[in-house]
Amino acid sequence: MKSLEELKRIREEAIKNVEMRNTDKDIRVVVGMATCGISAGARPVLSTFVEEVAKRNLNNVQVVQTGCIGMCTYEPIVEIYTPGKEKVTYIHVDPEKAKRIVDEHLVNGIVINEYTIGTAK
Amino acid sequence: MAIFRSHVLVCGGTGCTSSKSQLVRARFEEKIKEVKLDKEVQVVGTGCFGLCEEGPIVIVYPEGSFYSRMTVDRVDEIVEEHLLKGRIVEKYLFKEKAKVEHAEEHKSLMDVQFYSKQKRVALRNCGLINPENINEYIARDGYMALGKVLTEMTPEDVIKLMKDANLRGRGGAGFPTGVKWSFAAPNKADQKYIICNADEGDPGAFMDRSVLEGDPHAILEAMAIAGYAIGATKGFIYVRAEYPIAVHRLHIAIDQARELGLLGKNIFNSGFDFDIETRLGAGAFVCGEETALMQSIEGNRGMSRVKPPFPANKGLWGKPTVINNVETLANVPQIIINGPEWFKSFGTEKSPGTKVFALGGKITNTGLVEVPMGTTLREVIYDIGGGCPNGKAFKAVQTGGPSGGCLTSEHLDTPIDYENLAKVGSMMGSGGMIVMDEDNCMVDIARFFLDFIVDESCGKCTPCRVGTKRMLSILERIVSGNGTMEDLDELESLANSVKDSSLCGLGQTAPNPVLATLRYFKDEYIAHVVDKKCPAKHCKALLTYEIDKDKCTGCTLCARKCPVSCISGTVKNPHEINQELCIKCGNCYSVCRFGAVQKN
Repeated sequence: MKSLEELKRIREEAIKNVEMRNTDKDIRVVVGMATCGISAGARPVLSTFVEEVAKRNLNNVQVVQTGCIGMCTYEPIVEIYTPGKEKVTYIHVDPEKAKRIVDEHLVNGIVINEYTIGTAK
Repeated sequence: MAIFRSHVLVCGGTGCTSSKSQLVRARFEEKIKEVKLDKEVQVVGTGCFGLCEEGPIVIVYPEGSFYSRMTVDRVDEIVEEHLLKGRIVEKYLFKEKAKVEHAEEHKSLMDVQFYSKQKRVALRNCGLINPENINEYIARDGYMALGKVLTEMTPEDVIKLMKDANLRGRGGAGFPTGVKWSFAAPNKADQKYIICNADEGDPGAFMDRSVLEGDPHAILEAMAIAGYAIGATKGFIYVRAEYPIAVHRLHIAIDQARELGLLGKNIFNSGFDFDIETRLGAGAFVCGEETALMQSIEGNRGMSRVKPPFPANKGLWGKPTVINNVETLANVPQIIINGPEWFKSFGTEKSPGTKVFALGGKITNTGLVEVPMGTTLREVIYDIGGGCPNGKAFKAVQTGGPSGGCLTSEHLDTPIDYENLAKVGSMMGSGGMIVMDEDNCMVDIARFFLDFIVDESCGKCTPCRVGTKRMLSILERIVSGNGTMEDLDELESLANSVKDSSLCGLGQTAPNPVLATLRYFKDEYIAHVVDKKCPAKHCKALLTYEIDKDKCTGCTLCARKCPVSCISGTVKNPHEINQELCIKCGNCYSVCRFGAVQKN
């Protein structure tokens, strides 16, 4: 170890791995991972969220899975909870959409209306 | 580096390991592979979570789901439901959390009452990181304090900072760490040493073991900082050989730190060299005393010597040496990073910071807790520890192990710090806290601790070698019903002599359990001596078992179970115990289904 900078570089990399164990986060991304969600392709969606959130060091975002939300025809469903704001429900999410949701919603705070459940009605 | 979406943390502390957490972990790894989640879910072995009573403990992140009392056959269900389908298996959650209905409402681990009153500084990484992976320690700001010290501070700065923080020795004596370092720093010598005292010998204490098992790098980092402050280049960790998991993890940690150049030559390009070796103790209690400890490292028989000269002047191999306890060291990197004011924001004015206690004995939540100094005994024993199990009444708590004393219910609201505990006749000690309920005989407790001391006395000075032995024989006389009132006076005067005239801390504190019980439970001693009765119904020699004729149904069970056949009677007729033959084993008492056998 030759400098503090070298240590900090190792730390930046290492944080990505342990950051998940901090449960004290504001924004929660919940991916429906029941049989219906999984068969509709929720697993790659979940992995995309996990990877993108780590890549961008979004330390305030927690990605969790949940069971059946009850609207199996709209799966994969992703719900985003932000304190003080209404819950946003995205439907028919795929890895591409997930990347855009991270970009626009999680990073910039802009809800992508065209993906939300409102459009289905 | 691979990013996982979920982490399964399995406790690998000594407590959970002995309840087979290794098998649980192996099954998790196997099953996760079976369902092809091994690229998504990571299984991590950690150090102690603290709630040993509920072990083996498994925590699943990101939800922070707290599964307690895990068994191998529950693993498959958790993998299939929780990890595969996102449904938390509520029936296996820790009971206090089982009410939570949806993942959305899942609260943080710190909301469990056992943790909510705690403040984890020394234990901050225990149960949260994999102690066998240096990167996880670095992710939690590990080695940043060493980096700061070596690149931005002079040794004088470090000592001043430690003095300002007023961190007091957590091994029990409470000597200010910064002052200790400042004694060794100005001494000129070709070699100085830092020693970590991990010879944790008190019965029922496991604070240091848990820190070493859960966060070994914190100790290495702190020792290097101490080395820089006093000008030492060599460190020894004196650890008990009975702590195989701690020793194993220390060796892994030392290797990893050397590999990254955090130990060795020219650390952080500062010109500072430091390396650490372990030395295994054979388990002699006296080797926790610093002069005996150094004798043992040098390869001699562990015996204490007269101080002065203090180790800071003439220590290991005659060279200036600083000896700090594990928990003391665990605080050091945090103080460097966050500053003395932060440290002083916890605890009391004279005893800043936190203290780790190992809760044991008659307590619901056996385990490891860390609270700010100044927390009351009541908060630790009732709010965190959950009180005595089975509705039994609290009687006393022993702090400081065989060197400390017992405190009664009237002291429950005493804020815990060095001065307060000493004032009421006990001591902080290293942090063992053994809770006793109405079934514990205090005379027998004093006898138990003294028996331990007699075994562990090194024999060098007469007061300790002979005095404690004589005290033990008086106590044995009392618990066997042959004591007299004169014995009590003699016991007290002997205790005071041993206390005043012993060579080292072992002998000087050995009479404390006797003096404390004589002070607070004299009535129990008198009951043993005068009435020949043990009020707690514990001392065998003073007990009689009798059968209540009205309750006995003549089922013959007791007679059949009696190992010496001293119970006579015929079927459906009341039985009787022959007191002369009875060996007071208590078999009849425990087998009787009608409550007819009475213990008096």
